Amino acid sequence: MEHRITLRVDGTERAVTVDSRTTLLDALRERLGVTSPKKGCDHGQCGACTVLLEGRRQLSCLTFAVAHDGDQVVTAEGLGEVRGDGGLHPVQQAFIEQDGFQCGYCTPGQVCSAVGMLDEAEAGHPSHVTRDLAPPGAPDSPAPLDDGEIRERMSGNLCRCGAYVNIVAALRETATASRGAS
Amino acid sequence: MTTLRPRAVGTPLERLDGPAKVTGTARYAFEHPVEDPLYVHPVQAAVARGRITGVDTEAAAACPGVAAVLTHRDAPRLEETGDEELAVLQSGRIAFRGQLVGAVVAADAETARHAASLVRIAYEDERPDVELRADRDDLYAPETVNPFFATDTGEGDVDAAMERAPVTVDVTYTTPMEHNNPMEPHTTVAVWQPDSPVRLLLYASTQGVHTVRTALAPLFGLEADQVRVISPHVGGGFGSKGMPHAHDVLAALCARAVPGRPVKLALTRQQMFTLAGHRTPTIQHLRLGCGTDGRITAISHDVVEHTARIKEFAEQTATGTRMMYSAANRRTSHRLAALDVPVPSWMRAPGECPGLFALECAMDELAAACGLDPIELRVRNDPPQDPETGRPWSGRKLVECLSEGARRFGWDRRAAAPGARREGRELVGLGVASATYPYYASQGSEALVRHEGAGRWTVRIGAADIGTGTWTTLTQIAADALDAAPDDVTLHIGDTALPPATVAGGSSGLASWGSTVVAAVRAFREQHGDDPPPGAESRAGTPENPDQKKYALHSFGAHFAEVRVDADTGEIRVPRMLGVFSAGRIVNPRTARSQFIGGMTMGLSMALHEHTVLDPRTGQVVNDDLADYHIAAHADVCDLDAVWLDEEDPHSNPMGTRGIGEIGIVGSPSAVVNAVFNATGVRVRDLPATPDKLLEGLDALRA
Amino acid sequence: MIPFEYRRAADAQEAVATVAARPDAVFLGGGTNLVDHMKLGVAAPHMLVDVSRLPLTEVEETPGGGLRVGAAVRNSDLAAHPLVRQRYPALARALLSGASGQLRNTATTGGNLLQRTRCRYFQDVTTPCNKREPGSGCAAIGGWDRHHAVLGASEHCIAVHPSDMAVGLLALDATVHVLGADGARSLPLADLHRLPGDSPERDTVLAHGELITAVELPPASAMTRWSTYRKVRERASYAFALVSVAAALDVDDDSGVVRDARVALGGVAHKPWRAGRAEDVLRGAPATEESFRLAAGAELAAAEVRDGNAYKVPLARNTIVAVLRDLTEARR
Repeated sequence: MEHRITLRVDGTERAVTVDSRTTLLDALRERLGVTSPKKGCDHGQCGACTVLLEGRRQLSCLTFAVAHDGDQVVTAEGLGEVRGDGGLHPVQQAFIEQDGFQCGYCTPGQVCSAVGMLDEAEAGHPSHVTRDLAPPGAPDSPAPLDDGEIRERMSGNLCRCGAYVNIVAALRETATASRGAS
Repeated sequence: MTTLRPRAVGTPLERLDGPAKVTGTARYAFEHPVEDPLYVHPVQAAVARGRITGVDTEAAAACPGVAAVLTHRDAPRLEETGDEELAVLQSGRIAFRGQLVGAVVAADAETARHAASLVRIAYEDERPDVELRADRDDLYAPETVNPFFATDTGEGDVDAAMERAPVTVDVTYTTPMEHNNPMEPHTTVAVWQPDSPVRLLLYASTQGVHTVRTALAPLFGLEADQVRVISPHVGGGFGSKGMPHAHDVLAALCARAVPGRPVKLALTRQQMFTLAGHRTPTIQHLRLGCGTDGRITAISHDVVEHTARIKEFAEQTATGTRMMYSAANRRTSHRLAALDVPVPSWMRAPGECPGLFALECAMDELAAACGLDPIELRVRNDPPQDPETGRPWSGRKLVECLSEGARRFGWDRRAAAPGARREGRELVGLGVASATYPYYASQGSEALVRHEGAGRWTVRIGAADIGTGTWTTLTQIAADALDAAPDDVTLHIGDTALPPATVAGGSSGLASWGSTVVAAVRAFREQHGDDPPPGAESRAGTPENPDQKKYALHSFGAHFAEVRVDADTGEIRVPRMLGVFSAGRIVNPRTARSQFIGGMTMGLSMALHEHTVLDPRTGQVVNDDLADYHIAAHADVCDLDAVWLDEEDPHSNPMGTRGIGEIGIVGSPSAVVNAVFNATGVRVRDLPATPDKLLEGLDALRA
Repeated sequence: MIPFEYRRAADAQEAVATVAARPDAVFLGGGTNLVDHMKLGVAAPHMLVDVSRLPLTEVEETPGGGLRVGAAVRNSDLAAHPLVRQRYPALARALLSGASGQLRNTATTGGNLLQRTRCRYFQDVTTPCNKREPGSGCAAIGGWDRHHAVLGASEHCIAVHPSDMAVGLLALDATVHVLGADGARSLPLADLHRLPGDSPERDTVLAHGELITAVELPPASAMTRWSTYRKVRERASYAFALVSVAAALDVDDDSGVVRDARVALGGVAHKPWRAGRAEDVLRGAPATEESFRLAAGAELAAAEVRDGNAYKVPLARNTIVAVLRDLTEARR
């Protein structure tokens, strides 16, 4: 069943016709030519297809495009565009410096996940390893982000090359820099 | 031998493909823009053994948008069918569950997949035989084991020496069937171009474009230059993309059925568990005998593994044991069972990885049995020359790796008695294991060097970057050979339109291609001197290395692991791992460290998680996705690091390198499992080490 | 995947009326399980009615001091909610131990409760499965049964329920609010999920077309404020539970005697498993490791194990003891 929908992809309105069966990931990759989000498992088990959907990190393989008419999607390709400068996002820069990837296939998903994760932590969201769920102070004060927190929060993004320790180093650097600046 | 003066080599240049990869714009096989493509969805056999008796494609063909339905009844005939893995849709015989039995080509992926589910195949099937056991009566000795080693070796009398030895270990270790699972699924985009000199164009996810071309061209009755394979970026392979598999042939068959239209085929993650190779399960009988001083007098390593009925792959599991330690009496053997299973193939460090898992755990057992520190046991048995060939080592620095690692890791804090260190509800243990990997370099690559004028250079070779860093490191080597800056060198790889290159396998890529590039530069200087005109170019092939026959060239390493085992649940976590490596010269410390830690991470994953389950009733891979075939996640990998000795190999190649892609996974699972023993007193001899295997031992420890 | 019709519901009543009228229609929430199943052919609806954008996204205190959670509240938002973190830590911890950050941002409260088993054979349409295809048999029996049930299984199905959140909610005595074609009703969460018996195709007692609209938690107590959730798994994250335990303890500080207890288990049965027998043993017993062990033993006495899942009994026992011990020690 064909549907005409509009997505705002990396800051640009894109009209596209999709089958109701077309996932958001396939709509991006096969209909719109936006191949930055990757298909690793197609079942929500690897994280390679992570995009920022309406501002939050989500898996584009487990949702139908037709359900997202009018929604905003940001991929790793558009992070710089959406920030306005067109350059690399600090997370992306840190990935390059720390060599947070090898084959690069999981990388756009890792990057989008990291950007979403940092926002969640900034908003005070706890994680599975957060010791104190209800610390004194405002509930929306930033959550702690030590290495254990970063690892847990990033665990939805698998990397077979085994770049995990370098990704954590990159995000430690980014988180420290952004919190220092704010 | 070492002639390259390192300037760019040895510096931590950031990956040249970094910006493309962090933005996701580096193009993998499925992502090359093609005009008006069709999509292929394979149909797989639902039985593991038998033959097809009926085919009904009517419903599939009737779906709007379906362009073609292929089965063995109507698929184009291949010119060669000797390699039965690649003889796709050429007969109705079924040799494993999941074998390709058909395909649908359609206007979109959704239609292709749906129509594929409507293809009805009837079978006459028998109960499959997929269970590997050491007591099978049909085990056989293959002619050689991968890639060219003797199946069996022997020296002295192991049985007699075992009789005499005051301390012995006689144990059986098993490793399960495992899957490479690169993050990028195996994908091929194929175009059959009847009117073009390039009859078959493929964008393939491969570790070697020329390997794919060489294998596929004769199947379709084509000359090599009528096939072009393009693969600039590859989302990991770890061996599974080292040789073309059935889906490559299927894509080409489908393309031939719709000439002029590109067809896109991506295996699903589930399909990768039957169609893209795997590591054979192993049953390994290890016997070690030594004096009370720990000097080993006898080693035997007898391996049983499986292969597919339609294609033999004999993994060289015991070859590491042949050269690892001194012993007057030594024996190794490999026996295979040909089963109704998918075709096994290369998976990161085939042979050394599972083989040293068993050997290095058995060494830990031997150390415990003779009351020696496990490092000391290894030091006492470090052979002065290669025990197998008698050749001098080009550089065996295992003892240095062990000592350096012990110092950095705090090995002196290890409690000798197992189960002795407890912190809160956790049992803490340390483990060590040795690593080795042979130096391979392949003949057969060629490189073309061209001066573009104004000090700018272009280097062309059909090499691969599967995450290993070739784009960057081969540029560094070329720059040093040319006495230029890396910025002044443009590298072209990943295309059969370029000069031929050998496969990225056996950790041989950079050694083979780098030697070739250096040779091409040398030829260039001989032809064109130091002030060449723009457009001057030279081409050369891989030079011979006479030292490779005179010396035993191997890399070495030492792995250290700390584990914490939850005393209640048996959950194993690995807070620290360290690898110390001796691998010749390191071309790029940044990317090299990534390869080492990547191998170690995969080793940790093998130790704790990885296990493909075959259902003996049906021959199906039961856990064929990433939800149930677990690979290590972020949270599993904590303080993990790799360092290396500062050295060069004088006998390997002009760069003095020895290859680093695989040694990180060799031995690392043993370090983890040995640490589990140190923490709990439980010796896990069957991978993976999961909580259920510890519960009984933990109960005993509590009592 | 068969072609299907997609509709975005304007309100809950319309959604219910649409689905109730069509046996081949289903609700679409976050979709993280349904889309997965449609790709595998496990589910083949002809119509999806999208309820993810209905105004069921509030978490609000009830007049009685409880908490009402809209069915479309995302798992991550629920886990991060200040009142959940303060008053119902077992729920927050259960949510945070499930899936991944991305999936928790998508998955909804209602959908989480209705997710289906991860039994491999259920997910593989080429094998027999009574849950997927009633009467076809159970391939898990005699097959790879490592992750399967040790409590309450039947000869027709040995699958386990995969939810973490539901186990936390069960220990907290949650109520489920449902809207059907005939109106609204409420039922205890404990009554929502079923044991397989001879009809494993039915995971819950809900009728076709009934929509979960909210989950309600009773007022928090000192005990629930100290509740917790422990998930045991091989991989340190992003994995389903081998076994999990949600628990809360109320211990008399002077006597050291357990006044009240809540224990629920995950990964052991076709439904989130309330450990009533363990709770009975605990009430009135001293809060000691020995009591905890007796309680665990009482609950697991009825366990029936198979080749691959026998480990779950000692593992569940040890985990129950460990969680109760940790709760006791944390209060000191």
